[in-house]
Amino acid sequence: MATLEIRDLHVSVEADNAQQRQILAGVNLTIKAGETHAIMGPNGSGKSTLAYSIAGHPKYTVTSGQVLLDGEDVLAMSVDERARAGVFLAMQYPVEVPGVTVSNFLRSAATAVRGEAPALRHWVKEQKEAMAKLEMDPAFANRNVNEGFSGGEKKRHEILQLELLKPKIAILDETDSGLDIDALRVVSEGVNRVHAAGETATLLITHYTRILRYIQPDFVHVFVKGRIVEEGGKELADELEANGYEKYVGVAV
Amino acid sequence: MGAALDTERDALGKQGGTTEGSVAVGVTPSTPKKPADARVQRTLSRDPEAFGAITGREEEWRFTPVARLRGLHDGTASATGVLDVTVTAPDGVTVETIGPEHKLVGTALVPADRPAALAMRDFKEGQLIRISGELTEPVHVSLVGHGEVSYGHLVVDLAPFAQAVVILDHTGDATHSGGVELRVGDSASLTLVSLQDWDNTAVHLSAQAARLGRDARFKSVVVTLGGDLVRLTPTVSYAGPGGDAELLGLAFGDAGQHLEHRLLVEHGAPHCKSRVTYKSAVQGEGAHSVWIGDVLIRPEATGTDTYELNRNLLLTADARADSVPNLEIETGEIAGAGHASATGRFDDEQLFYLQSRGIAPDEARRIVVQGFFAEILQQIGVPSLEERLLAAIERELGRVVVEEASQ
Repeated sequence: MATLEIRDLHVSVEADNAQQRQILAGVNLTIKAGETHAIMGPNGSGKSTLAYSIAGHPKYTVTSGQVLLDGEDVLAMSVDERARAGVFLAMQYPVEVPGVTVSNFLRSAATAVRGEAPALRHWVKEQKEAMAKLEMDPAFANRNVNEGFSGGEKKRHEILQLELLKPKIAILDETDSGLDIDALRVVSEGVNRVHAAGETATLLITHYTRILRYIQPDFVHVFVKGRIVEEGGKELADELEANGYEKYVGVAV
Repeated sequence: MGAALDTERDALGKQGGTTEGSVAVGVTPSTPKKPADARVQRTLSRDPEAFGAITGREEEWRFTPVARLRGLHDGTASATGVLDVTVTAPDGVTVETIGPEHKLVGTALVPADRPAALAMRDFKEGQLIRISGELTEPVHVSLVGHGEVSYGHLVVDLAPFAQAVVILDHTGDATHSGGVELRVGDSASLTLVSLQDWDNTAVHLSAQAARLGRDARFKSVVVTLGGDLVRLTPTVSYAGPGGDAELLGLAFGDAGQHLEHRLLVEHGAPHCKSRVTYKSAVQGEGAHSVWIGDVLIRPEATGTDTYELNRNLLLTADARADSVPNLEIETGEIAGAGHASATGRFDDEQLFYLQSRGIAPDEARRIVVQGFFAEILQQIGVPSLEERLLAAIERELGRVVVEEASQ
């Protein structure tokens, strides 16, 4: 069973004046396959920094702490090595890659993560079925990656990758943002299918509780000023829905 | 004024690239308003002496390292040989050897600079390719250099309603200057692929002029990969209304290579269309791509529809790309005119996105560059050539990966 351990993680980012500014101030979190953890917090609390630091974005510098995937040192790995080890980040703002079709991109990613090119015939079927489950038009596969995609299309495309790559740890960064209610349902169902397979640990990063109507978290963590200040079950999300983050913003200093 | 004018320029790169350009609109022909480098007054002559000596300070030569032209620009380079030219053509095509005095020489191409005039004066063996039918197979013209100084000339003459794909395939080592004249008859359709796959020691100057008859279609795909210095000056002019020109270009420059493409589309007839899309990638110290896109819309060219786009990708910080679009409009009665130019560095966010899906850095770079060029490559329409170019681009990319690994 896959386990991701985040231990006392401190992360800083280069500010405009070339000084390092600390964003994460000691994050501790353990996530196991089959579990869904929601990280909830106000804007600017460092939720996305946590996501991108685990994925290895070069903008962020880990100043201390550890991230271990089944005991392996994730922070020592390059971005692509992390992905091949089983880390997946569904991005809030996935980038356009002009001239590269979705189907080429997906096949390249699947080849890299699986360690060998999937047999073409099986792959075509697999991709088609995964797209159908996310209610995506087959013509979508011939479009260039994220070019001219609507908000909903971008998120469906991210979850399509999640379903095809079957990671050990899925980090979903604000996947609910910019989605209408239909798209939110479709995308959430995709996340739930991956969860139901039991092989993936899910870290759901969100500002709002809306997505939690569709995805049931086992644990809810309140994230304020770069660390977790409260933990609980689903009921914690309900409380946040009712009262907001005000209660926590004061105590986190 | 009925002009739809659209200009967009964004310099994405922080260093290594410059982007500038101009749009000049003469409200009516009687009140001309022309920029200092207006193409309207350019000199056209077969006499080399009609042009001044080239110093490198002239507007047309300011990007070119003239010292590396080996005398092709000032008449001091005497021919020591010729390119090996082999034309492979299906039925319906005739090929003959011609000299400068042939009556078709100088009909589509009138030299606009000294080297072009010298080449047209000094070539000994040119080729005239006449095409009258609707060809289903391409005409392949292989031009191979063996390290000599040479002058050449090529005329392609399409009869009315003829259709053809002509591939000019330059390989080997050469110091070569040669004109290309493309006479596209009324309602004829020509696709020209000009591939500069020289050894990296070659110097190549070429004026490539297309003259389009009424309702003629012309597509050119210019692909420049090899050569120490390659400077091509493609021009398009319209002999009658309804002509349609699509000019596509791709250049990939390595350390030390100077790859320059200077285009002029001269709209002198009503209801003609032109589209220009050129892309370059450059990598390594001294790699330099230059794109100049001039479009001139004469007073009589009402209903003109033109757009030109140039994109450059700097793969390393020590490479350089220059991009200058120019638009001169002498009538307001046009359908549309615009240009866009951008020079950018490798997008780290694209690389991060691909790598976060498990794709290794060198593979991610390959995917991004192939994507960048896909718009051009997919337009060639000759599968064997597309495969060869894809392989060539992979080879070029391999060089950078090797360089990085050895650092």
